[in-house]
Amino acid sequence: MEIKMPYSSSDLDRAEGLEIEALIKASQEPYPDPIAWMEEVRRNILVTTVDSVLNWCRHYSVWPLNLGLACCAFEMIATAVSRFDISRFGMELLRASPRQADLMIVAGTLTWKMAPALKRVYDQMPEPKWVLAMGACAISGGPFYDSYSVVPGVNRIIPVDVYVPGCPPRPEALLHGIIMLHQKIDKDSLLKKR
Amino acid sequence: MPLKTEPVMINFGPQHPSTHGVFRMRVTFDGEVIVDLEPVFGYLHRGIEKLAEAKTYTQVIPYTDRLDYLASMSNNFAYVLAVEKLAGIEVPERAQYLRVIMAELMRIASHLIATGAFFNDLGAFFTPFMYMFREREKILDLFEMVCGQRLTYNYMRIGGVSHDIPEEFLPALRRFIDEMPGFIEEYDWLLAENEIVLARTKGVGVLPAHKAINASASGPVLRASGVKWDIRKADPYSVYDHFEFEIPVGMMGDTYDRYWVRIQEMRQSTRIVKQAMEQLPSGEVRTKVPALLRPPKGEVYAHIESPRGELGFYLVSDNSPRPYRFKVRAPSLINLTVLRDLCVGWKLADAIAILGSIDIVLAEVDR
Amino acid sequence: MTKPLSPQEVARQIREHIPDAVTDFDESAVFARSEALFQVARFLKQNLDLDYLASITAVDFFEHFELIYHLTSITKNHSVILKTRCEKGEKVPSVISLWQGADFQERDIFDLMGIAFVGHPNLKRIFLWDGFKGHPLRKDWSKNAAQD
Repeated sequence: MEIKMPYSSSDLDRAEGLEIEALIKASQEPYPDPIAWMEEVRRNILVTTVDSVLNWCRHYSVWPLNLGLACCAFEMIATAVSRFDISRFGMELLRASPRQADLMIVAGTLTWKMAPALKRVYDQMPEPKWVLAMGACAISGGPFYDSYSVVPGVNRIIPVDVYVPGCPPRPEALLHGIIMLHQKIDKDSLLKKR
Repeated sequence: MPLKTEPVMINFGPQHPSTHGVFRMRVTFDGEVIVDLEPVFGYLHRGIEKLAEAKTYTQVIPYTDRLDYLASMSNNFAYVLAVEKLAGIEVPERAQYLRVIMAELMRIASHLIATGAFFNDLGAFFTPFMYMFREREKILDLFEMVCGQRLTYNYMRIGGVSHDIPEEFLPALRRFIDEMPGFIEEYDWLLAENEIVLARTKGVGVLPAHKAINASASGPVLRASGVKWDIRKADPYSVYDHFEFEIPVGMMGDTYDRYWVRIQEMRQSTRIVKQAMEQLPSGEVRTKVPALLRPPKGEVYAHIESPRGELGFYLVSDNSPRPYRFKVRAPSLINLTVLRDLCVGWKLADAIAILGSIDIVLAEVDR
Repeated sequence: MTKPLSPQEVARQIREHIPDAVTDFDESAVFARSEALFQVARFLKQNLDLDYLASITAVDFFEHFELIYHLTSITKNHSVILKTRCEKGEKVPSVISLWQGADFQERDIFDLMGIAFVGHPNLKRIFLWDGFKGHPLRKDWSKNAAQD
């Protein structure tokens, strides 16, 4: 039985190529790190009870999205299994669907071909959301920064909250980064301008 | 009155929990049955072959680590074998035995992940995975004792290995090797006769032997189809001809056989490590090689049996400190040639099981 | 041990069957003309039992490209290296109908080096996206020039 599809795979390839070229043109400068609001909150010492309850809830149940791209993904998985137990922080549910996740851990090298997919997944996550760039490749391109197809740092595509250096970072280093993110979440406030 | 049906194309996107990395498949369905499957990759193409042309021969070794990151020691091994063959460098015997011990431990660790991830895909969400990671952490501790890194080791050098083993390594290795067969029995007892595993993998995705050879499959995929071809026996490199071990060969070439071959290979690897530990000679671990090594003009192709198949490096040198051409023969890329033919006619869940049994690592496919 | 067959012997056997296909041989490989590549490969597969294609590589030597085929026989455990030279812009016959394992490797060479293969059913870019300018692994390709 002859199966005729209304669109061919070369049409799909061409559409994908146009999307990637458009994203390359739009990502020549990195996004600024979202820390400007921390200055305001520090000056404004009025952290309400509502804020502290919300921050407590968010702190203790951050659900990561598993976006393991390359080698760092295996250190992320090693953090999630029984030896380096991420479950003690309430984070053992690495969700596959971005609609159910709070924290996107970008673990591995991001290439220009993958970048539109990453942006789409980030846009699908509901607020409040945080991004953790794990490993040298996600921070700045790592050992591949002068390659023709590697994005020199994930912050060209999405704003990043915590950077965890290493190649790959040990699971303890990733946990340290996550604890710093928890401290950042504690200082969050409904009063900040988004 | 005949029903009108339409084919549907579903995109198995690059971000998916069971695609082993950023792998994309465009699958066309007629109802529930797959009629066409097109693998799309390149989402992790980092241009390692081009980058290596700008670095010296020793500086390329960390790049080879990141090719197949689940078997970094094997990648290092193949690359340094190629450079030593090109430049005619002799390696001391202690270094050769250490390389074999590391490569076989790496094979066990890699097969543990391959099997764990395979069962993850089948639906046994995380229990076998957690069990196998428990053993893998012990192997990673051994590696950390030797070279300080858990994942991308950069341990082998042109002319030997970088450091000698510390004193606590051999007792720890002996403890591990003595208890490992017990753990493999535990996995077998849990998984091999399990009704769901048998129903989902027996007879699914059968790869006949002549097709496997024609498609240049290698490693457990080829051996599960009944072809007894292992580079450690067919074209021995380093000191593999000093050891006694068997090559497990499957009978039918279905998904179950590919899993079974990996479990048997883990058993054989423990045998090899035990023999290597007993035969380990003393001596130096590294020959002196100039920092800017200039091999003579020529080319070389060196291949080893990595956990995923035949890993080969093709190097062309023009007597300068940088390689003129550095090419990786990636087993995962070539094993994927059979994916379309294996999956057509089955349902979506079977396609996931078949992909898991071929065991790909995207960084090697895409380089 | 996998025995590498002597290129002189292999060249002699090929010359008996296909007269002017072999141009040269050196101590490790047999060189064939790019137009006769398919016939030579078919002869090697059928008569010398070389049923396993280990790898295809392309090297850029500025004035010409060189394609290297590593062929192995699983039944007899011997190997042959077949090489061919082609100019920039010249098309080479594909060996996919002999060995299906050449599928992704030829697409890889087309994508990164720009050598087109005649007879390949699906010759399109495999690693880079549609719309990428140029072929990166060539020696005269540079990142800055391509971005203009």
